[in-house]
Order: sequence, then C-alpha cells, then structure tokens
Amino acid sequence: MVCQECGKKPATLHFTKIVNGEKTEFHICESCAREKGELIPGTSNGFSIHSLLSGLLDFDPSGKGSSTSSKAQTIRCDECGLTYSQFSKIGRFGCSSCYKHFEDRLDPLFKRVHGSTKHIGKIPKRRGGSIQTKRELEELKKQLQYRIIHEEFEDAAKIRDQIRELEKRISAG
Amino acid sequence: MEARKFTEKALSEWMRGKGPDSDIVISSRVRIARNLDNLPFPMLATNQQSKEILDRLSQVMQAAEMKEIGNFSEVFLSDMSELDKRVLVEKHLISPNLANESRNGAVIISENEAASIMINEEDHLRIQCLYPGFQLEEAWELASRIDDVFEEQVDYAFDEVRGYLTSCPTNVGTGIRASVMIHLPALVLTQQMNRLLPAITQVGLAVRGIYGEGSESIGNLFQISNQITLGQSEKEIIDNLHSVARQIIEHEKAAREKIMQESPIRIKDRIRRSLGILTHAEVMDSKEASQRLSDVRLGLDLGLIDHVSSDVLNELIVMSQTGFLQQVYGRKLNTEERDIYRAALIRDKLSKS
Repeated sequence: MVCQECGKKPATLHFTKIVNGEKTEFHICESCAREKGELIPGTSNGFSIHSLLSGLLDFDPSGKGSSTSSKAQTIRCDECGLTYSQFSKIGRFGCSSCYKHFEDRLDPLFKRVHGSTKHIGKIPKRRGGSIQTKRELEELKKQLQYRIIHEEFEDAAKIRDQIRELEKRISAG
Repeated sequence: MEARKFTEKALSEWMRGKGPDSDIVISSRVRIARNLDNLPFPMLATNQQSKEILDRLSQVMQAAEMKEIGNFSEVFLSDMSELDKRVLVEKHLISPNLANESRNGAVIISENEAASIMINEEDHLRIQCLYPGFQLEEAWELASRIDDVFEEQVDYAFDEVRGYLTSCPTNVGTGIRASVMIHLPALVLTQQMNRLLPAITQVGLAVRGIYGEGSESIGNLFQISNQITLGQSEKEIIDNLHSVARQIIEHEKAAREKIMQESPIRIKDRIRRSLGILTHAEVMDSKEASQRLSDVRLGLDLGLIDHVSSDVLNELIVMSQTGFLQQVYGRKLNTEERDIYRAALIRDKLSKS
C-alpha cells in the first residue's frame, strides 16, 4: 500500500479513527506522519505519539516484516484472554498479566515509545519495601566500584559494611 | 444533586488564586494512572468487576488520611445529565473519556476543585491535580500524597521492572502525565511557533490544544506535556517539562517585548479592537471569542488595558464553551443561538468588570 499523503513511499502507519460511529482510515508513511505531527500542533488529526501507537505495535523486533504473523496471533494472555494481535490493534493491555504474557515482545515497543524498558521512579511503600532495598544495594555497589577505582579505600570499606548489612537484611526477609 | 455544586460556577476556586508566571502559564496539571492488582483493566472488566473496582476505590475516600488532605465529594457518572458531564469536561475536572465511555465511572473532587480522582477511566484510578500558574512540583506533590493514601488501602498492579502497570503502554512506569497550559499569543503572532514545535517534540514532550489530544489549539492556548513515563523518575520528568516550559516562557516574554518595541500602535490597535468587538458584538462564534479573549488577555498582561480583571477573562474562556452556555441558559441551544447568547454573555460580563 502506498502512502496517502506523498503517494510515493510505502505506507507503514495505519490508523482507523471512529468519531460518532463514523469510520475513517489513514495509511501513510513515517516521514509524512512526522511532518504532519510537527507542523500542525494539536490538530484533530491526532498525529501524536499516542495515536501512532498502533503503528508502533506492529513493529517486528526481528525486522523481517509485520508482527501480525501467525505466531504473534497465537500469543494470548491466560488471565484476560487478550491475544497479542488484538493488543497490537487496539494498543491497550487487557490486564496487568498481559505484561507478563507479552513480555518477550514488549522491550522493543517500550524502547521506541519511552527510550527505555525499566522503571526507576516511585515504588509503592507498603508492597515495595524489598524493591527499594534492592535498588539501594545496586546504588551502593556502584558507589563501591567508584571508590575503589579512585583509591578511596576508607570510604570503600564503609560502603562495603553497608552492603553487608543490607544483604543480611534481605536474606533475613 | 452532588454534581451541581461543581457545575454551577465556571471558575474553580483554585483558578482565582494567582500562581507564579500567571501572565503566561494558566495552569499546571499532574495526573497519575494506577490500577488495582488482580482485576482486568476497565476496558475488559465485566460490569460486576467494574462495580467492585468502584466500591473498593470509593471506600478510600473515608480514610482518615484522605480527610487530612481535604474535603472530597464523590459523583457517579450514571447520576449525571449529559450537560453536567460536559460542563465538568469543560472545567477539566473529568476527561472526555470518563464522560463518554466509562462503565461504573465516578469522580471524587476536592472542595476547591484542585484535585479530582477519576474511577474506571482508561485505568482504574486516575488522580489529577491542577494548580494555577507555573506550579508543577506542587501539583505532583499533592497527586503523590493522594496516591500514597490509596496505596495504603488497596493493592496496586506494580511490577519491579515495568513499574506501575497501566492499560496503555504509553503510561507504564511512573504513570505520570504532567502538563502546563500556556498562553503564547506573541509567539503565534511572530510566527515562531512553527520553529519551536519540532524542538519541543524532540525532547520527549508533546504540544496539544487545550482540551487534550485531538483538539484544536484555540485562543493561542497550548498544552505541553511529557510523553515518556518509563525509565525516568517522576522528578526527572517534572524537571524536564519545567525547564522546557521555562524556556518557552522566556521566548514568549522576548516576543512580547519585541512586538511592543517594533509595532506598539499595531498591537494596541489589535487589542483595543478586540475589546471593542467583545463589548459590542451581537453574534460571536467560539473561535472568534477565543481569539479576541486571547488578545484582551495579552493587553492586560502588557498593561495596555486595566479595567478588565483576569478572573473575568478566565471565567469567559470556560463559560463561552457550548456546555456552559447551555447550562447558563438552561436548555439545549443550536449553533446560531449559541453564537448570539455567547456574545450577550461576554458583553454582560465585560461591562460589569
């Protein structure tokens, strides 16, 4: 399919917009989408990252073409029943377990949308105690490396003791 | 009815406060998306499940910690008229999505309307805090405080690697969407927006019209928000938006100065003409109203007009929208009626101010 805008490049992004029951479809190439999105602020075209999402979900990490292959269609969330192929069409997860069931395919998607795959922000206080401790441990280990490289051995020894203390706490549960 | 108290007045109490940089930044907003563990997201939840979600989240309102934050009232979407819903959308207290598509949807609103907590929107829980002027950190702190109260009472869907799990992959991680609504008439007038917009999108931020995605930018009002929610801490996200918005504010100030230096008569003429039209026109469509009100706001900020209060301008921006007009006149209005009533309302409010 050729891009509706330039009529030259192949259309790689496909949108279906339903407003008041009226369905419109767009098929455009990435460079036209980018141009539209940047030149027209907040227009009803909705060419924001959010609406480009279903185009992104169709992204195959192997680079061999569209991910709506038969294999992708068979991946299904055991919990809510959503298939990966449905997910890539609607751009929404059905439940939190979808994150586990689609895990293998999510890294490239998150990388494209967020430039990252790992959360480093807030942690729920009540349930996240051990995660917080693990994060502290990682941070201390980094600091230890830094002190050793810079030959600040007195500080390094202090940090080593802190690490031991934390590890004891973690193994004690 | 409970909804009435939020739909009667055009201005939320917080809007009457003057925030920092309020000559350019209208408001700062932070919303965070959260979901309960072990229940499908609203899109796939059964009626029974979405009822359960509503019940469990509504209960948190009774928590002592919640009462320390403020006085909250809960309104169920099923109890509201279409018009009331529309008015709440126009006041930014609920999203169009909650108004139109939610099942067992509800909103918990604080007395001063600075905090609104949506239940069964795209995610189970969306906590939104709005502050006047440029106060992103303050909005984040309040939202996070409310988040802590909920987290104390219910189990969130959270994953060590992915963070807070959300219905849409664009919200995963921190679940935070921070935004500022800014008035940029001088950048639009000097045609600098076209150069600025690509730069803003390149640093992971988005620019939209004031009613969020898919809406037109009206009256030179733009909403700038973060797009990235994963791999950055909340503080980094807020700081990044803050520093970009700060630069835009400085550009706008410079553009305003330049206009005043280079063509003071032209800008004064434009602003006074707009004021003249607003105070005398018999018919006024919403696009023209927004543009003229934007001119008058600029005139006020530049000190070229002094007998109009910014409260009245804020009020008119909200009140001249369809939902509010219908509310004021107590019935459904067709386009022509709306344009006539809008002109009358603006004349009336401006003559009294």
